[in-house]
Amino acid sequence: MKLVTERRELSSQLLRFCAPLVSIAVALFVAGFLLLAAGVNPLAAYQDILVESLGSLYGLSETLVKTTPLIFAGLGVSLAFRMQIWNIGAEGQIYMGAMAASGVALFSGIDNHGLMLLAMFSAAFLCGGCWAGVAGFLRARWQVNEVIVTLLMNYIAILFVDYLVYGPWKDPKGFNFPLTAQFSDAARLAEYFDTRLHSGFFLALFMALVLYLFMERTIWGYEIKVIGSNPKAAQYAGMKTGLAIFTVLFLSGAIAGVAGFSEVAGLQHRLQHGISPGYGYTAIIIAWLAKRSAIGVVIVAFLMGVLLVGGDSLQIYWQLPVAFVYAFQGLILFFLLASDFFIQYRVKLVRGAAHG
Amino acid sequence: MVEILLDATVRAGTPILFATLGAIINERAGIINLGIEGLMLIGALAGFAGTFVSGSLLIGVLAAFAAAFIAGSIHALITVQLRGNQIVSGLALTMLGIGITALFGKTMVGRTIEGFERIAIPLLSELPVVGRAFFNQDLLIYFSFLLVFKVWFFFYRTRWGLAVRTLGENPAAADTCGVPVNLYKFLAVTVGSGFVGIGGAYLSLATTPMWIENMSAGRGWIAVALVIFAGWSSPRALFGAYLFGGITAMQLRFQAMGTTVSAHILQMLPYVFTIVVLVISTLRLQKGASQQPESLGLPYDREDRK
Repeated sequence: MKLVTERRELSSQLLRFCAPLVSIAVALFVAGFLLLAAGVNPLAAYQDILVESLGSLYGLSETLVKTTPLIFAGLGVSLAFRMQIWNIGAEGQIYMGAMAASGVALFSGIDNHGLMLLAMFSAAFLCGGCWAGVAGFLRARWQVNEVIVTLLMNYIAILFVDYLVYGPWKDPKGFNFPLTAQFSDAARLAEYFDTRLHSGFFLALFMALVLYLFMERTIWGYEIKVIGSNPKAAQYAGMKTGLAIFTVLFLSGAIAGVAGFSEVAGLQHRLQHGISPGYGYTAIIIAWLAKRSAIGVVIVAFLMGVLLVGGDSLQIYWQLPVAFVYAFQGLILFFLLASDFFIQYRVKLVRGAAHG
Repeated sequence: MVEILLDATVRAGTPILFATLGAIINERAGIINLGIEGLMLIGALAGFAGTFVSGSLLIGVLAAFAAAFIAGSIHALITVQLRGNQIVSGLALTMLGIGITALFGKTMVGRTIEGFERIAIPLLSELPVVGRAFFNQDLLIYFSFLLVFKVWFFFYRTRWGLAVRTLGENPAAADTCGVPVNLYKFLAVTVGSGFVGIGGAYLSLATTPMWIENMSAGRGWIAVALVIFAGWSSPRALFGAYLFGGITAMQLRFQAMGTTVSAHILQMLPYVFTIVVLVISTLRLQKGASQQPESLGLPYDREDRK
């Protein structure tokens, strides 16, 4: 008896569709054992996650609040993934976007509401874009590995924001806490239903729609896909791959930067230490789970929002560290990768002396 | 002054050196491992917990190796046997490492152990300038010197080393020669991961003998970049790791001297420097004969005809 694997001629659509769901389910199952080992009853913990994030209107609004930056960052990362470019730096781009938007809010002195928000949005877009654009330029010009560059720039961005909020931008009336002064009313997004849900959420949905149309309905979207799947063919067809790589990374960072704008203008109303608790890293999983589709990003971002809100409640009720959510996300990715194998290959038990 | 700075350089560079060597072993076999950061954390926690429970530093180091070996085997299984995407699998490993060490490290926060102590080598440690930095150090640092040599010797002076290098260059050729491709790749990933774990353990057993959540602070990523700088060669990895140790040591020195430059700006230096070095070494790679393993990052399936 021997186990052999063979490539499937056709991979089933059903398997493809179910794979992410099955991966999440198996990850939940395995994470349950981790929780057990840490002395937490997994069933009770999972119940808490669901009740806390979806069980009430307030919980749901909190979930949408967390979903908002995840959609922006997830869209940014997935745009780059389309082209087989790895933007692991969404976290840093969020920080730079938040920094730029805050700079405008605090120092520009604009008092027109619409103009102020537009200026903040543009600043975040440009700053996030330039931050990723550095990696884009290095990759396009000299083939420098963008994974490492974008990732290392996260540390630099976070330290830079820390420098500002501990130093020159610190609120003199803030009792020495690492945060800036509060924004004026002109620099705040609208909030709804007496919750923390703000118009950034709808901006995120709109952005997803724009990106969907861009990817599926324009020639640029098509070029990005071709360059990603076959750079040589793209070059023969006369596509400017270098320029495209730079542009895509710029846009990818710009969209992630808007997450920073939405966080400071809609939620925090100031710049502070730890403005993003790892949304940029969660965005990588979102982009991968969503199979790089813009609509998929919205759905998966919501699921991750549930997980993050639930994770916060685990911290409160069970004293679990927030970073536990990462372990869970890592497991989801592992199982998703494993499931890809079973989509592409068939595993068979063969009798007798089979020669592979 | 130079002596002290050189000593701090070696001590700051050693965890990165172990991690870079481990990553080189991975990549020589053709597998990119972006899980280094997570593996370092797993090694740091396992090393600390092992020492705390047993009271023996040796058991701590072995525990770090074993834990990172096991965690690395997930990456190996996914990328070698299941031919999954190596970049995503590595990122997943880093996330898993950050998450589970935060979860299981909670009980270790605030505990203390006796860390590694310096052992002076007679005569050599009396040498001017280099004596203190290289010959009055702890056992793990001496082990790192040995490992640099061992890794070089393995890859360039043994049959198995040649076989593993071939896996990174042309796995089909190795397969034709009867090299058990998947087994060797699996072992390269897991053993390499184990050494990364020891790098993590250096942080929690020697640098600061305690466990702090997320204590690797990006060193794993610096190691990933250093592999390219080192051109996949272990003696150059030693040089690269100490270069970064030097930057870190100088930055700490500046802070201790009470400079007016913000600590946050100084802390950026190693990361900025890594990017600069990465750009320079990438340019150099393109000019000369590329040291990069030919099949790095590609899954191997015997049935793919080329």
